[in-house]
Formats: sequence, C-alpha cells, structure tokens
Amino acid sequence: MLTARLASHRRTMGAVISLVALAILVPLLLLALPESSALHVPSYLVALFGKYLCFALLAVSLDLVWGYCGILSLGHGAFFALGGYAMGMYLMRQIGTRGSYADPILPDFMVFLNMKALPVTWWGFNHFAYAMLMVLLVPGILAFVFGFLAFRSRVNGVYLSIITQAMTYALLLAFFRNDMGFGGNNGLTDFKDIVGFNVQADATRAVLFSLSALALATALVASQAIVVSKFGKVLVAIRDAESRARFVGYRVENYKLVIFTLSAMMAGIAGALYVPQVGIINPSEFQPTNSIEAVIWVAVGGRGTLVGAALGAVLVNFGKTYLTGAFPSAWLFALGALFIVVTIFMPKGILGLLDPRRRRAPPRKDAPASVEAAIDANVPVDR
Amino acid sequence: MIDRPALTSSLLYLDNVAVAFDGYKALRGLSLVLRPGEMRAIIGPNGAGKTTMMDVITGKTKPDSGTVYFAGSHDLTKLDEPAIAELGIGRKFQKPTVFESHTVEDNILLALKAPRGPFATLFGKPAVGQLEKIETILRTTRLTDHRARMAADLSHGQKQWLEIGMLLAQDPKLLLVDEPVAGMTDAETVQTADLLREIARDHSVVVVEHDMTFVRDLGVTVTVLHEGSVLAEGPLDVVSAEPRVIEVYLGR
Ligand SMILES: Nc1ncnc2c1ncn2[C@@H]1O[C@H](COP(=O)(O)OP(=O)(O)OP(=O)(O)O)[C@@H](O)[C@H]1O
Ligand SMILES: [Mg+2]
Repeated sequence: MLTARLASHRRTMGAVISLVALAILVPLLLLALPESSALHVPSYLVALFGKYLCFALLAVSLDLVWGYCGILSLGHGAFFALGGYAMGMYLMRQIGTRGSYADPILPDFMVFLNMKALPVTWWGFNHFAYAMLMVLLVPGILAFVFGFLAFRSRVNGVYLSIITQAMTYALLLAFFRNDMGFGGNNGLTDFKDIVGFNVQADATRAVLFSLSALALATALVASQAIVVSKFGKVLVAIRDAESRARFVGYRVENYKLVIFTLSAMMAGIAGALYVPQVGIINPSEFQPTNSIEAVIWVAVGGRGTLVGAALGAVLVNFGKTYLTGAFPSAWLFALGALFIVVTIFMPKGILGLLDPRRRRAPPRKDAPASVEAAIDANVPVDR
Repeated sequence: MIDRPALTSSLLYLDNVAVAFDGYKALRGLSLVLRPGEMRAIIGPNGAGKTTMMDVITGKTKPDSGTVYFAGSHDLTKLDEPAIAELGIGRKFQKPTVFESHTVEDNILLALKAPRGPFATLFGKPAVGQLEKIETILRTTRLTDHRARMAADLSHGQKQWLEIGMLLAQDPKLLLVDEPVAGMTDAETVQTADLLREIARDHSVVVVEHDMTFVRDLGVTVTVLHEGSVLAEGPLDVVSAEPRVIEVYLGR
C-alpha cells in the first residue's frame, strides 16, 4: 500500500512542478519572444489552455467528493458558474462609463431593462476583495445549505445525483430570467478591466494563465494533504462502507458536508478564473450537461487520483476543441462513446493503467534517490 | 425513566420491544437483560429477529414500541448510530464489513478510540500510544503479518477477525457480534471462540451464532429467539433440552 501512496505523492509532485514551470514559461514565451519566433505562443492558445486549467481545477474539486467520498455530484457546474458570476459582476462594475449607455453605476443591461438602481445583490461588487470573497462564499453557502439538508436526511446514491442535477437546472432557469438581475439570457460580457489591467491584453492573459496554473497546483497540494490525512481516510471509509463508518462512530453527514462545501468553493475559484479568460459568463454554464461532462473528465483521468482528474479534464477538452472544430456534430457522440469505453475497459481511467497494484512490477530502483527522499519526507507518519 | 432494580443494575436492558416492517412483525415483545461484564449467546432460526435486535440496539432501526436502555440511563431509542457508538457499543455485522480499500492497519486506525469530528481528524495529531494499541490488536486478531494488505484482499475469515479487531480498537463497553464464524473453517472457528472468550474477559459481549459447537465452546448463558421474542434462556444444556426449542430450532 505504501507503494500506491508513494506513487500518488510522486504524481502530485510531478504535476505541481510541471504547473509551476508552465506558470513561469508560458508568460515568457508569450511576452518576451517576438511573434516571428517559432517558440512564440499565440495569445489565443494561452487563453484556451488557461480555460483547460480552470476545467482541471473543477475536475479536482469533483474528484474530492466523488472519487474519495462517493458523492456523485451532477451539479458541480453550478458552483463553477456561481464563482464565475461573482467574478463577472466585478468585471461588469469595472466597465463604468465605458458602456454603451455610459451609466457610471448601472451595467448596460440594467439601463436597457429600465432599472433605476443597482440591486442589492450587486452591492459591493465594485470592490475586488468583496467579489473574491463572494467567489468563495456563494458556492460555499449554497453547498453548505444543500448538503446540510441532503446529507442529514441521508439522501444517497442516484437520488443525491438527481437532486444535484435538479439544483443546477433550477439555477439555469433562474439565471435565464431578466428580473433576476444577472443579465438574463445574455449573461455578463464586454468586460474591460480587471484590477486596472485590460482583460484583452497579452500580459493580462499571461498572468491569468499563470494564476490558473498556480491555483491548480495549490488545489492539488491541498487536496493531496486532505486525502492522506485521517480525515481523508474517513472519507474513503464512508465511500466504501457508509454504515460501517457510522457504527464506528463517525458522523457521516458532517464529513460529507465539510468536503462538499470545500469542493464547491474550489469549483467557485475555477469559475472565477475562467470568466476573465473566456470573456463571458451566461446561464448556459448552469446546463446540466456541463456538470455531466465534468464527471466524464474525472472518469477518463481516473477517479480518486486527483492528478488524473486534472489530466482527464485537459485531455477531454483538448479533444472537444479539436472535434467541435473538425466535426461539429460528432462531439456528443464522441463523448458518449468515450464514457462507455472508459467505464467498461478502463474503470480506473488513464491513471489506473499506471497503478502499481495493477502492474505488480518489482519496486523501481531507477528513480533518483533525492526525489525518493523528498517524497519519503512528505509521507505522514501514520503507520 | 423506569426505576427497576433490573434496569439500574443492567448494562443492556430491552423490555417489550416491537418492530414491524411493512406489517411484518420482526420483533414482538422482546425482552432481554444483560449484566455488566456478561457474555451472552443468542441463537434462533433464520428470521427470528436476531439481527433486527442488534439494529435496534445500535440505532439503525427505531422500535415501534418498548424500551431500550444502555448502562441503566441512556435511552438508545433516542440516539443515532454515531452517538450510540460513542457511548460504547460496537458492532460486527453478519456479512463482514470492513473498509475494503484501506489497509488492515488503517482499518484499525480508523476504529481506534479518538475524537471523531471532521476537524479533529483533519488537523489532529496522532494520539500517543496509538501505534502500540494497533500492534496489540493486530497480534490479538492474528493479523500482524497482513497489516499492510488491503482489506479487500483478505480471506473471509481474516475479514471477520479484522472486523472484531476494529471492534476492540473502539474499546466499547458492549460488543455485539453477529455470526462471527459464518463461512469459517473448523480451525478458524475454534480460534474465534478463543478470541471471543479472551475479549469477554474485559468486555460485555452478545454473540449471535448458528454454529452449535461454537456456542458450546463459548460456555455462556444462551438466549433462544423465535418469531421476535424470547423462547428460552439458560445454560445451553438446559435450553437445548426444552421441547419447544427442539421443535422450532434444534430438531430441524
Ligand atoms: N429492513 C427490513 N425490511 C423488511 N423486513 C426486514 C428488514 N430487516 C429484517 N426484516 C425481516 O425481519 C425478519 C427478522 O430478520 P432478522 O434479520 O432479524 O433475522 P435473523 O434472526 O438475524 O435471521 P438470520 O439467522 O437469517 O440472520 C426477517 O423475516 C426479515 O426478512
Ligand atoms: Mg441475522
């Protein structure tokens, strides 16, 4: 078992090092090199991969609840979208008089809808710090209330999945309505600045990319620490044998509530990083299919592996970008086929193919001693 | 609270407990009193209500009527599973249930008596003496050589022992053990009887078992359940001589 844990430490370390390297290199390649250089990264690609990193962060958050605690949330897209809306509202208020109606306070769509004053829900969003707090709190509180009710009544399995799906669908319908005051059908867009920098500028894009990479790296480190802690072991115990965990004395509903809320906040951060990079947030982000796609990313990469979930998100979305460009109608079929293939032939996803338990190979001796030592130092002493 | 000598001096006190599932009466007027430190064997035909009785004691099933008290003062019908576990009642399921994707050692670690809240397990330090306790339990349950294996990879008998080990780790006052030797070889059965007697030295134990040789090995008071209530109670030789017991259980 130690080998499996070692492998997961090594995976996380590898992913974190790569992400930090990307966070440093990509801005350099985008900004420092002339466009004529072969190594120059076009800015649209930076934004595209920045978007993949946000999806990867969403996937990691989903893996925490599904992979480790067995809560199959089919509504995680909602937490992502709420984080995105909180960021979008900040960006809207930064437009100020540069909007078509040049109203210093009201965003264009409010003027268009004849709203006279800023709704309470929008108060404070001109402050970056407040908006960032909301990025965490809005998904966090929704998850807490939802989880409190669902887990305490012991809603489990398929039933829980269905109500998470209903939750995101209800939010989809609500955000479509103009009188909700979140831009209705069109959502929020035409952003200009973020903390004083032009969102379209190459430098801003580069920084947003780096921040996404660092956020993902931090999430991986934090999640890894959670899953190897005793708390993480209880999560897996709940996933494996929920009633046993209860009879051993663990309050299952509290554990689920903590991890579900944490995970929703992580998804909110992903959404907040996503919106300035794609330049828009609208109700379609609440679509139930988005949440289901996120589950497929995790399944493809390997449930309960964290790094695998992130990898799955990047790979599937890469495939999606390619396929929707080349054969627009084929994507949904490809996604469905992918899901079936993974469920039947690779139940542990891509990383499952590398599982040391599966390979049954003798312990590796070729790994550099320094890395081994570094990993050993990180293995908590709970043996 | 009912004030009766039998109640106040008891560790476990069930009086006139009734449970019905969709009209089917699984328990009808079940009464049972266990003294502190006592070991009791429960026998009875399939469907007699033995597992249901354990479900009632551990908070999984709420009785429709009747009283269930622990240590003379805790009304178990008002508590849920973790609260009852916290009071000191541990349970082994009929079908061995361990945490399959954890190692043997982690299974015991998770069961070890320690603060159970999410924040305690997230930020807490391992308790002092934890390793020694795990060692002792591994030795008692004969699992020392298997400590690093995944629980899923254990044999059926080893899983049963691991589950008993987890019970010990909880250090409960009362252990409820449902069919511990089901599916075990004869040698394993004998070892399990030894193990349970060893445990009974400093714990109260209720064992449900069909295996008569095993029950005889235990050498304790036997309660015979039939159709949700007590048919007979006493030493095995006495109850197994009763015509009613022979008719409904032993004679078949
Ligand atoms: N949750 C439930 N819903 C409906 N019926 C149940 C439930 N639990 C138990 N029963 C029924 O109650 C009766 C008593 O079951 P119980 O499991 O307590 O018997 P038992 O004495 O443990 O039998 P066995 O020796 O087979 O384990 C059985 O007829 C069973 O089918
Ligand atoms: Mg039973």
